Amino acid sequence: MSCGMNNTQTLPQMTPAVAMIRTLGLIAALCGVIIVAAYQGTYDAVQENKRIAVERAVFKVVPAAKSIVEYFALADGKLEKVGAGETAQSGAIKFYAGYDKDGRLVGIAAEGAAKGYADTVRILFAWEPATQQVPGFGVVSSRETPGIGDKIVLDKNFLANFPLEARLRADGQALAHEIQTVKHGSKANPWEIDAIAGATITSRAVGKAINDAAQILLPRIRPHLDTLKEKP
Amino acid sequence: MSIVMSATTTDRWDEFMEGVWRQNPLFVMVLGLCPALAVTVSAINALSMGLATAFVLTCSALLVSLLRRMIPKEVRIATYIVIIATFVTVVDYLIQAISLALYDALGAFIQLIVVNCMILGRAEAHASKNPPGIAVINALGMSAGFAIGLFALGAVREILGAGTLFGISLFGSGFQPWVVMVLPPGGFFVLGMWLLVFAAWGRWRQRRQARQAEATRHA
Amino acid sequence: MAIEIRSAPHIKTPVSVETIMRHVVWSLLPICAFFVYQYGLSALASILVVTGSCLAAERLFAATGTQSGDIRDWSAVITGLLLALSLPPAFPLWMGAVAGFVAIALGKALFGGIGFNVFNPALVGRAFAQAAFPQAIASYSPSFLPGRFTEFVPTSLAWPLMQPADLMLWLKDKQLDALAAATPLAKWKFEGVLAGAEELVTSLSGHMAVGPSPALILVCGIYLAFRRFLDWRIPAAILGSAGLTAWLLFALSPDRFPNPFFMLFSGGLILGAVYMATDMATSPVTPKGMWLYGGLIGLLTVIIRYYSGLPEGVMYAILLANAATPLIEKVTQPTPFGKSALARLGQAKRGASYPLHPGYISREDAGAVTPKKRFLPNKPKHPPKE
Repeated sequence: MSCGMNNTQTLPQMTPAVAMIRTLGLIAALCGVIIVAAYQGTYDAVQENKRIAVERAVFKVVPAAKSIVEYFALADGKLEKVGAGETAQSGAIKFYAGYDKDGRLVGIAAEGAAKGYADTVRILFAWEPATQQVPGFGVVSSRETPGIGDKIVLDKNFLANFPLEARLRADGQALAHEIQTVKHGSKANPWEIDAIAGATITSRAVGKAINDAAQILLPRIRPHLDTLKEKP
Repeated sequence: MSIVMSATTTDRWDEFMEGVWRQNPLFVMVLGLCPALAVTVSAINALSMGLATAFVLTCSALLVSLLRRMIPKEVRIATYIVIIATFVTVVDYLIQAISLALYDALGAFIQLIVVNCMILGRAEAHASKNPPGIAVINALGMSAGFAIGLFALGAVREILGAGTLFGISLFGSGFQPWVVMVLPPGGFFVLGMWLLVFAAWGRWRQRRQARQAEATRHA
Repeated sequence: MAIEIRSAPHIKTPVSVETIMRHVVWSLLPICAFFVYQYGLSALASILVVTGSCLAAERLFAATGTQSGDIRDWSAVITGLLLALSLPPAFPLWMGAVAGFVAIALGKALFGGIGFNVFNPALVGRAFAQAAFPQAIASYSPSFLPGRFTEFVPTSLAWPLMQPADLMLWLKDKQLDALAAATPLAKWKFEGVLAGAEELVTSLSGHMAVGPSPALILVCGIYLAFRRFLDWRIPAAILGSAGLTAWLLFALSPDRFPNPFFMLFSGGLILGAVYMATDMATSPVTPKGMWLYGGLIGLLTVIIRYYSGLPEGVMYAILLANAATPLIEKVTQPTPFGKSALARLGQAKRGASYPLHPGYISREDAGAVTPKKRFLPNKPKHPPKE
């Protein structure tokens, strides 16, 4: 109240450094308190939202599932159950095992990503261990042109590509047949994806995303299928 | 209505309408274009962004106004930024808690509220010079103006780009979406159109006022 | 007797803007007639609606005072006709009307009317339609369908704001295969089918999804060039550069790239080269600049056709070259008479163009210096370079 507020024409005075530090410190502390309070207040709701979002996405691609368990498939071939708030180690791939209401494994869902027309297309695809097929997929994030690139989830002919064969080779180290996207109208094998005419690049991204993720993840999961069979 | 209004109510109303109309942040001052162009692909996104910005703007105006005598002028910008960033973080958590789908739709633009020049501008030009009551009223007016502007953009883009408003189909299933409207160029087209409408309207009002002034002088 | 005081110029050429534009419209009429002969009622309706929409927009913006010129100068008619010719003949009429309005509003009125536009208005309208309705603009109905003069293609008559009917289903009813409804370029790009040269040149063979015959457009273009209503250098440069680039690539790997003849005569290259790239307001005025501008368009067209996700690239190539026109003009200023080219090389700064000096931008600014015109007798001596 001393210098700034009254209108006397005093020379501009420098505020002492101590006062500046004190004020800034006070304000920073106040802001810190507000942020911590907001974080604590919303934490439960945010975690719940995230869990619901993941479940909804997995249930969409594995419709028979009633509950899910998250796993990491580690680079050394081991499996690890994901606890709350854990982050992945390097080389670990996260996947979701979907169980029906009796606790039997009905499908596995994992993320895949590949470059599309505009940006990376990220999808969540399912894999059924019993039939060794990919029954379907859902889009996690995509910036493809609306009306063209978003046909991958709308086009009936494209969705008819699924279930798609994703059989592991006898030695279990890779897929027996690489999943490939072929030109519209030339699908001949159950492991090929018939591209959408006019949206070839996005169709190709879907095929590549599934193939790249499946080639690494499925060989890691295979030795553990027996332990995965029942819900822990 | 205006006759019974007391002087202070009129003043407050004026202060509020300042931001809504005469100094509309989007259409008159052309501030905050980054969110205005990026997230207005649908009316609901636009309104959510408007509400988030309103929260940050009002809270930071209140805090800045309360602390205005404490804040040394040498470090005032830094202080404002800290305060604004705090409320942006709060609103970030709040949106995550309310709806993750909305959070994904708004993307990085929630965090980018912190660099919305309208908010820093209000803190510097208004909140730091006025008592909390007036600062909050002004901030609310500005927020309302910004939200109205975003909604005007989002509504046109959603109606043309998807044939819906708030997700409700307006034209039935056979509607032909104008793909360009939900792409970035559509934001520029619609913003330009609204600026044109506002400029034409402002000019028309000016002419009318001039005519009225002329008439009273002759009378 | 009245005495008029006029400022220079006192001698006027009888060729006015209206004369040029009227001749261009005349030369376009046979092309339009052929288009209607190919596609029947739908094409006729499309031409009328698109042109009408352009004229209505022109009238509106001339009336509100936002642009110079008026519908009487025929330029909006050209925009409308060219836009209609570059759109698929069975393009939904309401979309055609939107494209026509956008062409004039964004392509012309926004810049201040005829002569001020930076981009060819017809192409601005087409670019908007391409961005807004990518599916409708990619479905091209085949030519010479039986009964084309008595019935509309169903896509034409879509209700405003509504999706057009499915062209493929309608074609199936007519016992035609789906391939007939793709342009030769799209067929080549997505299916690897190459159309024959003799089919392309005349557009007369049955059921092709192509625009008016390139040969006819060339004839009309030669008439215009002969009357000096367009500069022959631009189409020559475009076709030369596109042909050369396509030939080079063809020579490098004949099985990957189509022959240059196919490149030249398919799609809208001939129409774009003769009628769209030669728009006087949006192309360079210097002869060297014209060669450069045309060369750029030809090169870009081939690059976009070969290496992008789009089958056709003429539109974007011309729009990009339009944007580059001021720069092209700046670097291709001719040497003034009496100056040797060598002298000009040594004094590159003293070209006939004015440098962008703040004084030019706003002379109202206090303290702005009036630019010194170098052709004044008392021109200031520049200090010698050495």
